Amino acid sequence: MAEPIETTEDQEAGAPREPAGNWQGYLVGLVFAVILTLASFWAAGTGLIWGPGVPILLAVLAIAQMGVHLVFFLHISSAPDSLNNILALAFGVFVVALVVFGSMIIMANLNANMMSMPELMNMQR
Amino acid sequence: MSASAPTLAEIREIPLSERGPAPRNVVVSFGFWLFLLSDIVIFAAMFAAFAVLSHETAGGPSGDDLFDRNRVLLETAILLASSFTCGLMSLAVEQRRLSLVIVWGLVTFLLGATFVGMELSEFHGMIMNGAGPDRSAFLSAFFTLVGTHGLHVTAGLFWLLVMFAQVLTLGFRPMVLRRLRCFSLFWHALDIVWIGVFTIVYLGAH
Repeated sequence: MAEPIETTEDQEAGAPREPAGNWQGYLVGLVFAVILTLASFWAAGTGLIWGPGVPILLAVLAIAQMGVHLVFFLHISSAPDSLNNILALAFGVFVVALVVFGSMIIMANLNANMMSMPELMNMQR
Repeated sequence: MSASAPTLAEIREIPLSERGPAPRNVVVSFGFWLFLLSDIVIFAAMFAAFAVLSHETAGGPSGDDLFDRNRVLLETAILLASSFTCGLMSLAVEQRRLSLVIVWGLVTFLLGATFVGMELSEFHGMIMNGAGPDRSAFLSAFFTLVGTHGLHVTAGLFWLLVMFAQVLTLGFRPMVLRRLRCFSLFWHALDIVWIGVFTIVYLGAH
């Protein structure tokens, strides 16, 4: 029952309830996550896949599993109620991509333009 | 706000500008979601540092020498199972079934504690073998990233203990329900970060 405090703005006081997940949903999410995890570990350990393709496959599997977690565990959906959540998520993904790939590109460029150690030593003489 | 609870369909009829403030549980979930995203941005900075430094071993051990994939697979399985039981706990909360909440909460706690224990023993073994965070830039980045995730899981464990106390003393009042919902969001988000950790740190090591 509603408590004497905070009743007016609360779920119990007339707001529509969020659609609750059910245990089948969690089970489906778990099965997908287990399959994707095992696929990741298999892909990293096997010699059957062309070497340079492995990191790409791992990235695809990881992003797929993150999607599974978002949908089945965190219940991020396209429902009107979670539109703000989706927009925030999109911005978060944008910032994360900017930070990670930006850092990697800049550091790779710096490394490529860096003088090798012996040359640097010669300059200091 | 009207006295009788409006259905979702009735609410859709009202123009957006006339609906008034969003219900508090929606606002709280959204605010906590923003916190989680900012937390993930912090992790992104650490992932970037690790990706840049992962080959800078300074003559010390590399990832291939240090990481045991079977152990990581077990850790992943434990964390995934705890995420699932956390989901079952939030279902029990929806149904207001106290005993089930306690049972699934305890299972979640034990799985999370096992995960932290395995991580600590891994860290301990590495530091004893001279592969501590002071050995190379690669290991500094490794301990920062994985250690921060471990700290988050530890904080989640303490949060879960506090939620046990609140459920048992205060019952399922709205305030407690909101906190439980935020806890499950936090716990699932940690599992999402762990996907990045095991893919980039443990499997991407070459």
